[in-house]
Parts: sequence; C-alpha cells; structure tokens
Amino acid sequence: MAVEIRTNGVKPVRNTFGHLARRFGDKPATRYQEIAYDVQPEVNLHYKPLWDPDGEIYDRRRTVVTMRDWYALKDPRQFYYGSYTTTRAKQQDALDRQLDFAEKRDLLRLLPDEVRESIVFALLPLRHYEWGANMSNCHVAAYGYGTAVTQAAIMVTTDRLGMAQHLSRIGLLLDGNTGESLSIGRSLWIDEPLWQGLRREVEALFVTRDWFEVLVAQNLAADGLVYPLFYQQFDQHVAARAGSALSSLTDYLLRWYEETAKWVDATIKTAAAENPENRERISQWFRNWRDRMAQALRPLSQSLLGDASEQALAAVLAQLDARAAKLGLTV
Amino acid sequence: MSRSAQPVFIALQANNDTLAIIDAIHEDNPNAQVNEYPAMVKIDCPGRLVIRRESIEERMGRSFDLREMQINLISLAGEVDESEDEFILEWKTA
Amino acid sequence: MAADGDRKPAKKLNLKENYALLTRGLGWEPSYQKKEDIFRTVDFEGVKIHDWDKWEDPFRLTMDAYWKYQGEKERKLYAIIDAFQQNNGQFNVTDVRYVQALKVFLNGIVGLEYASHRGFNILGRELPGVGPRIAAQMQAIDELRHATTQIHAISHYNRYFEGMAEFPHQFDRVWYLSIPKSFFEDAVASGPFEFIVAISFAFEYVLTNLAFMPWMSGAAFNGDMSTVSFGFSAQSDEARHMTLGIEVIKFLLEQDPANVPLVQKWIDKWFWRGYRLLALLATMMDYMLPKRVMSWSEAWTIYYEENGGALFSDLARYGIKPPKYADVTVKEKHRVSHEMWSVFYTVRDALGFPIWLPSKEEMDWFSEKYPETFDRYYRPRFEYWRELEDKGTPFRSSTLPKLCQVCQWPCLYTEPDDASEFVHRQGEYQGEIFHFCSDGCSDIFHDEPEKYVHAWMPVHQIYQGNCFKEGVDPSAADFNPMAAALDYMGIKPGVDGGSMRDHVDAQRWESWTARPANMHEGAITDAVRKTT
Repeated sequence: MAVEIRTNGVKPVRNTFGHLARRFGDKPATRYQEIAYDVQPEVNLHYKPLWDPDGEIYDRRRTVVTMRDWYALKDPRQFYYGSYTTTRAKQQDALDRQLDFAEKRDLLRLLPDEVRESIVFALLPLRHYEWGANMSNCHVAAYGYGTAVTQAAIMVTTDRLGMAQHLSRIGLLLDGNTGESLSIGRSLWIDEPLWQGLRREVEALFVTRDWFEVLVAQNLAADGLVYPLFYQQFDQHVAARAGSALSSLTDYLLRWYEETAKWVDATIKTAAAENPENRERISQWFRNWRDRMAQALRPLSQSLLGDASEQALAAVLAQLDARAAKLGLTV
Repeated sequence: MSRSAQPVFIALQANNDTLAIIDAIHEDNPNAQVNEYPAMVKIDCPGRLVIRRESIEERMGRSFDLREMQINLISLAGEVDESEDEFILEWKTA
Repeated sequence: MAADGDRKPAKKLNLKENYALLTRGLGWEPSYQKKEDIFRTVDFEGVKIHDWDKWEDPFRLTMDAYWKYQGEKERKLYAIIDAFQQNNGQFNVTDVRYVQALKVFLNGIVGLEYASHRGFNILGRELPGVGPRIAAQMQAIDELRHATTQIHAISHYNRYFEGMAEFPHQFDRVWYLSIPKSFFEDAVASGPFEFIVAISFAFEYVLTNLAFMPWMSGAAFNGDMSTVSFGFSAQSDEARHMTLGIEVIKFLLEQDPANVPLVQKWIDKWFWRGYRLLALLATMMDYMLPKRVMSWSEAWTIYYEENGGALFSDLARYGIKPPKYADVTVKEKHRVSHEMWSVFYTVRDALGFPIWLPSKEEMDWFSEKYPETFDRYYRPRFEYWRELEDKGTPFRSSTLPKLCQVCQWPCLYTEPDDASEFVHRQGEYQGEIFHFCSDGCSDIFHDEPEKYVHAWMPVHQIYQGNCFKEGVDPSAADFNPMAAALDYMGIKPGVDGGSMRDHVDAQRWESWTARPANMHEGAITDAVRKTT
C-alpha cells in the first residue's frame, strides 16, 4: 500500500524531548530518562502549603545539602515503574517457590525449639524496623527534591513494606500460621530491653526533618549494620547449628540489600563529591548515626551471638566504614 | 439492611481474557446489562453485582484468582467486598 | 509456641486473614518521641480520628501481589507501546487533529499525575495509621506509574509532531496550563485530610471515570492503541483508588460527627474545582476527537448524574448532601465545551496547539447532541468565523482574557440560566479586587482568601512584566510583551498555535500519510491530491 511505503521512509523531526536533548543530545532517550529528569515542577508554584507556610511544595531548602543539579543523583539501576515492578515480580516469583518449599516440608517448624525461639527473637522484631524504614524512605519521597531521587525513594518505601511482610511470612512459617510469633516479635520490639536501643534510634529518625540526613542515617548507617549483622552474621550462626533452612529465606533480603545499596551509594557519593560542605555534613551524619546504631545493636548482638559478638560487630563496622570511605566520606 | 437499586457497574477491557469473565457475570446477574464500547465493555446492574470465581473457572477451564481481574479492569462503581470466591459490588443503604 | 510434639498442621489462611497477619500491628505507639512531633500535620485541620484501626483496606493487597499484578499489567502495556512504535502507529490515527488532544494530555495531565504522586508521598509519610499509610503509599507509586506510562505512551508522537517537546517547561509556565497546575497544587498545599477528600473522593471517585472511560474509548475509536492501553491500564489502578476514596469518606464520617461539616465543605469545594478542571476534557471530547463515542453532555449524564447520584444517595445516611452547585453543572453541560472551544479559537495564537472550526458534519452532530443550545448560540458564531476565514480576515483576539482567581480559566462562562450573559463575579480582599468565573469559585475564594491571593496568575504576571526570559529588555523600542511572554512559556509563535489549516503538523501529516489533515474537510496540500 502506498501509505505504508511512504510512512516507513519518514524520518522523525526530533529524537527526544527538549529537556533531554539539552542534557544528553538529540538522540532517543531511555524510558528511565523520560521520567527521571525534569518532570517535577520547579517554578511558578501556587499557594503556600498549609503544612509549611514558609516553604513551597517542592523546596530545595528541606535539606542543607546543596546541588547545582539535583538530577545528578541518578539511580544506577535505572528503575522506572515498569522495570521496577517487573523486576520485583520476577524476584517474588522465585521467592514464592522457596516459601512454598519451606512450607510444604515444614522446614522452619522442624527446627529445634531453641533455634526457632532465637529466630523469633532475632528476626520478628525487625518487621517493625522495616516499617520504620518504610516511613523514613517515604519522608525522602515526600520532601526530597527532583524525581531522580524521590522516585527511587518511593520504590524503596514499598520495598520496605514488602520486607516487613516477608519477615511476617517467616514468622508464619515458624508458628504454623497462628501469628503467635508476630505477637511475640511485637512485644519484644515494644518492651524487651535488648531491643529498646534500636527502637529508640528508629523513633529518633521519625523526628529528623532533613530528608538527606534521613536517607544517609537509614539507608547507609542503619541498614549497613542491621542487614549484615542479622542476615549474614546471625544467619551463619543459625546455619552452623541447624542447617540452611533459614538462609534460603533470608537470602532474598540480602540480595535486595545489595541491589539497593547501589542506589544508596551512588546517591551519597555524588552528593558528597558535589562540594566540601556536603562532604563534611554527610560525613558527620554518617558517623553520628553509625555510632548510635552500633551502640543500640551491641547488646542485641551479644545476646544473639554470644562470644562471637564482638568480632562479628567489628567485622560489620569495618565493612561499613570501608564502604563509606569509598563514597568519599570521612569515617 | 435493605438493598439499594442504584446502579453499580464494572468496566473491563474487551479482549480474549475477559470473554469468560463477562459471560460469567452475565449469567450470574440476570439484571446486568452489558454495554459495548470501543475497546471496553461496561456492565451495569441495579443494586448489586456478583462476580463468582467458580463461574469464571468453569468457562476458562483453569483455576482463576479473582485478583487477576485487576489486569483487565478499567473501572467500577459501588462498594467492593472481595473474598477468594466472590467479588461483590453493591450500594448499601441503612 | 507449640512444642514439636503437639505440632498441628499449619493453618490454611484465606485472603483476608493473610493480609491481616502480614500487616497487622506493624505500627506501634512511640514512647521515645512524642506522637505530635512525628506526625505534625494531622491535627491542624480539625478532623477528629479516634481509632485508626477502624480503617479497612478493601483490596487487601500485599506487596507480593501488588508487584505480581502490576508487573503483569506493565508487561502487557509495554508490549502494546512497543508494537505501536515499531509500526509507526501515530500515522494510523484518524487525522492530525486527534494528535492535538494528546498535546493537552502530555503538557497538562502528566503534571497532574505527578502532583498526585507527590501528594500521596506526603500522606504516606504523615498519616498515623498503618492501613491508610499503606494505601497512600501504594497510590503514590501508582500515580508515579501514570505519569511514567503517559510519557512513554505519547513520547513517540513527540518525535513527529510539534508542541510536545517542552512539556515540563510548559506545565510550569504556559498560561492555560496553570488551570491544571493550580488545581493539584491547591490540593497538595492543603492539609492531609482535605487532600485525600479532594483527590481520592471528589476527584477520583466522582470525576475521573469521565476522563478515562469515554475519552479513552474515544482514543481507541480514533486508532490510538498506545494511549488507550495506557489509559485503561491506569484506570484499573484508579478502580482501587476510587475504592480508597469511598473508604476514606466513610472512615472520616464514622469516626466523629464533627467531621461531617468539614467533609461536606471539602466535597463542595473539590467537586466544583474538579468540575472546572474537566472543562478541558469536555472540550477535548467534543472538539478534538475526529470520531466521537459520546458527547460531553451524555458523559456527564451517565458518569455524574447517574453514577454520582447513586453514590450521594448512599452517603445521605451520614448527612452528606450532593455537592453544592451540582445543579449548575447540569445546566452547563449543554454549553461548556462550546464556550471553551470558542475561547481557544479566539486566542489560538497564544496556544501550544493549533485550533480549527468544526466542520459542517461536526456541527450537524452538535445540533443533534445539543438541541437546546447549539443552533441557537454556537452555530451562528462558528459560521460567522468561517466566513471571516474564507474572506482572509479571520477573527482573532490579540489580548489574553481575564482569569478567574480560583480555577484560572478565562472568565468567559455564561450565567447558569442565561447562555447569552457572561458571568462576572468579583470580590475584595485587603483592598484588592479579585475576579471569578462563577459562584462556585467565588465561594471557594472567600472561604480561604489568604490562600488564593498566592495563586500564580499568568496573565497578571505577564502584564506585570514577570513572564520574560532573563536578559529581555522591556524598555527596548521594538519590545513586544506578548511575544516575549510566549517565548518565556516555550510557545513558538507560528509553529505551536494558530490555525490548523496553516499548521506544520497538518502539512507534514499530509505528505507523510497521503491522507487529509482534517478528514471532514479534504486535503490542504498537494501531497494528498496527487495520490488520491
């Protein structure tokens, strides 16, 4: 047909949107670029927010970190909604098979009582830690500047709800779907003295307003200690005594942590490299929250790992400091 | 609680996946009216509309999770009550 | 916990139990910090909540199910978008007038989805209850999905047509795009409860079916599989959001009788504000779809009067009344699209897309769909304008119209009971005079004047000299303030707006497709005549 012959030969008038052409040249943009850059309004904002009459809806002043271009904080995973959900769906599919396998064979319920009790003690209160991390990342998504960082933050927000629900499932595998382990975990989180240090710091993050500080404190300092301590050190401790049933279910959390660390690291590294004031400020935040979190975790670690605790904690801290140093922070 | 006769509706994309669903709804809700639009089917029903998992499964010849409807759902009106077996849309009046 | 010996088989969980267990009790009463320091914005509006646990999430989506079904929807959607692009589907739509509607969509509506995303991010942080916070977070990421998929569905058009390449820049600056922008920023700038009533209930539950059902069905009818797929896929999320909307309303009304008047006030305000926003859509439906599914008037009858009627009769038991001025919307349904298209026609040189007069065939359709008004008020006007065009002296206005301080539409609506009389309402606040398009907007202003004086009013800004690019010298001899303002907005005179007959999109369309740019009026270039 004449129409088809003609239209096949038609050359586009331009290859991409103006704002992307100015950043990357006039070539076809990726789907990540099309949403991550410049879509958030910047000027001519209407009204004073009733919840912050001195600020604007989108306001660079909600952190002391400064950037010439907030879109420098790009996500190395290049997640846009579609690639994010399809990635998670695929991972969840694999995880469902693991959960199914564990449930059919009663893998966790067949563990010795004291091992099951120690798993409940160690992992079930972390549901609430994840729920806290959900809130902290939602704070970043709500008050951050520029889609590049805020869209990654809302994805991490929903990820953290997913992690809380995954830990709940581990609980249900332990208690045969009665929910008893979830209640125990909740009481531990609220009342058990050994857990109070961590809950205190999580609550302290809820009243920290600077969104970049929250990002550093939660996703680098806190997670950088909690994830390796519980899902590597404690997990190995359990595996040495009772085999790898638990590891097959915590592996998911660790892989998620490693993937997300790519975004956390790129964001912090770029902001720290922007200017000396950023570097100094982010380093201070990091040291402060690392020390507070380490102190909060020490008694828990001792209770879970006994003699191996100091060495484990030292290893985790050394790992985190090395990571932070690579991001350009002074540790 | 008496039943309202105000219309509820569900609209689905018109495609192969929804043939069985629409057919099942039609069968299970004698008062439902099926309206076809470009690329869309809108089913109106006074008061209450029930979508039953079993009816869909019979027509599809496989097991069906009612949440799969999300994939081809366009819109709805009425209060939702969802369980494994039924997805109900209705207006409740005191 | 049960010891090994008396271990019973694991209990089988149904959907509701599973959801309850996975999310139950995730939150806790803080004891190291004060609750009011953590949730700082839930009190100032005066809404009373006694028990957040009374909240019920009707869809009970856990994250694993969310990822699974949303991932599946995304796979389906992108398969269609890919196929559309590979087949140059943009050339298979009815004619190039349809593409102009997509410009309104991309430049005006993506920004709404984005603002909604941001608003729900804030609610996802600030609402104290676990259930509502999860619902807000899911909606936050859904709205991000909509902004994303809209851009992706329309992005391919941008490579072939003018007027889309600067959509974020234009959303922040173009005079008529402040209609959608101010709408959503008004909501996000409100407190959390007003936001959720405004958006989840008044906008999504009551009004968005109009946007996504008849309009998107129209997109399919006009051959745009990319946009219709995005639209229907987005609306399936909206189905969840709408259910959230009604849950919100019932939750607020059941928590405390003191909430009833607040909720009623917000329903009245946001119904009117949303209705005014939809005038843009009314115009797109009636004038920009070359092939039409239904008229705006019919859509309003079905989706507001019938479905909205069912909803408000359901809410009557709480003491909630249908929105104030709903009767005006029913009177205006015979007029609104025609009045707004007339405004667009007269100021077409200051628009980001070209305008055309309805064809004879389209006017006959309007006469049939709008028997009470079209032949009486609008046909003579369009025929006169057609005559002027044919004589080579087309009618145009060289000044921008006065805008309503609240909805930001030009003050060119007519009196509810007299379609020949323009509404003019004004009011005073702190010695300054403000103008409104309607009693609805006037009421909204007078309830919160201190908020609306901070609206960014583009036409005022232009006249005050604030809408020029840096380095422009307004004292230069050849300075043209309108040209400088359009330049600031990112509108290229002679390229973006103007008349469809002379527009570059129309010329290219004919040379590329060998089909007329306007299917009702025949070709405007030789490219078509030679081959047909």
